[in-house]
Amino acid sequence: MKKLNISKTSRSNFITYGMVIVLAALMMILDGAGVLSSSMRGFLVPMCIYIIMAVSLNLVVGILGELSLGHAGFMCIGAYTSAVFSKCMVDTITFAPLRFTIAILIGAACAAVFGVLIGIPVLRLKGDYLAIVTLAFGEIIKNICNVINLGVDSAGMHISFDKASDLNLAEDGQIIIKGSQGISGTPKDSTFLVGVILVMITLVVILNLINSRTGRAIMSIRDNRIAAQSIGIDVTKYKLMVFTISAAFAGAAGALYAHNYATLTATGDKFNYNASIMILVYVVLGGIGNIRGSIIATIILYILPEKLRFLKDYRMLVYAIVLILVMLYNWSPKMQEYREVLRLKLKAKFGKLNKEESIT
Amino acid sequence: MTFLNYLINGLSLGSVYAIIALGYTMVYGIAKMLNFAHGDIIMVGAYIIYYSMTSFGIDPILSIVISMVLCTVLGVVIERVAYRPLRNASSSLAVLITAIGVSYLLQNTALLMFSANTKTFSSVVAIDPIKLFDGQLTISGEAIVTIAVCIVIMVGLTLFVNKTKAGQAMQAVSEDKGAAQLMGINVNGTIALTFAIGSALAAVAGALMCSTYPNLTPYTGTMPGIKAFVAAVFGGIGSIPGAMIGGLLIGIIEILGKAYISSQLADAIVFAVLIIVLLVKPTGILGKNIQEKV
Repeated sequence: MKKLNISKTSRSNFITYGMVIVLAALMMILDGAGVLSSSMRGFLVPMCIYIIMAVSLNLVVGILGELSLGHAGFMCIGAYTSAVFSKCMVDTITFAPLRFTIAILIGAACAAVFGVLIGIPVLRLKGDYLAIVTLAFGEIIKNICNVINLGVDSAGMHISFDKASDLNLAEDGQIIIKGSQGISGTPKDSTFLVGVILVMITLVVILNLINSRTGRAIMSIRDNRIAAQSIGIDVTKYKLMVFTISAAFAGAAGALYAHNYATLTATGDKFNYNASIMILVYVVLGGIGNIRGSIIATIILYILPEKLRFLKDYRMLVYAIVLILVMLYNWSPKMQEYREVLRLKLKAKFGKLNKEESIT
Repeated sequence: MTFLNYLINGLSLGSVYAIIALGYTMVYGIAKMLNFAHGDIIMVGAYIIYYSMTSFGIDPILSIVISMVLCTVLGVVIERVAYRPLRNASSSLAVLITAIGVSYLLQNTALLMFSANTKTFSSVVAIDPIKLFDGQLTISGEAIVTIAVCIVIMVGLTLFVNKTKAGQAMQAVSEDKGAAQLMGINVNGTIALTFAIGSALAAVAGALMCSTYPNLTPYTGTMPGIKAFVAAVFGGIGSIPGAMIGGLLIGIIEILGKAYISSQLADAIVFAVLIIVLLVKPTGILGKNIQEKV
């Protein structure tokens, strides 16, 4: 029998793809059989959205090794721009899949443009400063989305940052964004299938990026920036690239979000710093740098609180404690030492080397 | 005259930011970490004062002292339990994410203990407002006290850091932890002391802030905390006079932005200032440029 020659990384990638496809198929079969409750069905699209968000944030946090706290801001940009497009084009392009595809691309492209813009300060900053700048950026976006008014009439677009009545629209005009009331009446194009396809695209792009020459360059920046620079790796270029890719996927997730609800507003906790942190929690608990972990953590952490209603008040408290404990367990030098000792003890007891140990 | 009124409001808000920023800047200067939970310690401090004043009827000044003591304990405990084990971690991301976790923990504990309902904080200041120019210019008692307290703290801290042994130890630790340890300085103790001072200042800031802006919720501390960090970065992180200048400027920018540009965009303006500052001068107004050594 001929043995297929598949490298370890591509096998791992195929497990990830397979897992997503099997889960998605299972959900669709359950949905088709009418077993899913209506609340569960309502979770399917948001789950895809947050998986895309977590995976793309993991690219920045886990692979590039920088902390971004404005990921929800990129999602906000994607959501608003794609919703504006869909509302303007709802009568022009009547074929919904085409319109939605363009809307997603526009959402992703606009978020990517902002990714480049925010990437420019990234070049000069690192660590905590970068975290705070991305946070600031996310808050600026949310603030602007909360006050902007946008209308369209035969003369073109009108923008006002004060009141919707300041738009001075002509008779045939239509208000698209109405301040803090946001955008209403976006066509509901998001389906679970679209969500799954987007998740798969995200995974294929990001996993292949990580296992490419580029990906290794990015990881070398994370592990030792100065050493990477000294062997001729263009730190600026790769950082900007990671930021832009991550932002683009967040924008696509935003487009999915905007087309999943009848109204889109930037008020409350949807796009602010708390939303970004929520995604960070998914990434950290799934394992920083582990894409498959992010998917699993997102699914579990998204469904769990809804299933455990009685724990609802304690949900965030539990998350906070778990977050601290996971960080201490994984990163504390003392803990790492202890784990190493424990591992050696176990090895002595069972007298067997597993694969990982034989490498080190 | 309205401009002068805004300016005084800005100075008063800025003084609060300056006091919070001092906590950030000292901790950052010494432990090289962004203590995300600092803003939430302000909130905890304000709740302690609120309950000791309303439920126990304790005198405002004594309430502030109690709050300072409890916040100091809280700050030191957080440092000991959550931050110290990660001090030598291979990634600086670890301690930052842990700090976010601590911030969440404090917020959600407060949410469970005190509920999300807004509490109306009664002012701790009992000074009548001063009216100047036939009542055209009103300076509230809170504003006077806040600005005065800020100056006192600022002068006190500068003297402490430069003239006392503990202060010198702080400077040494912030320069080089290893060398400081070799000189016989208790590094862990010094860092704990810094957290203690920062947290006590947070309690004072909480009292002053909630006297002027009386709505107290579990999320009260978050935004001022982030803005104070902006102030610390603006002034040059690690620098005590920098925190003062940065805080005052951010306060004035916020109030003037609210008054003359847009009340809803005031936060966005403050954050835009941060991004511009970091683009133009990443080390802030009074920050030192540190060269990275391999």
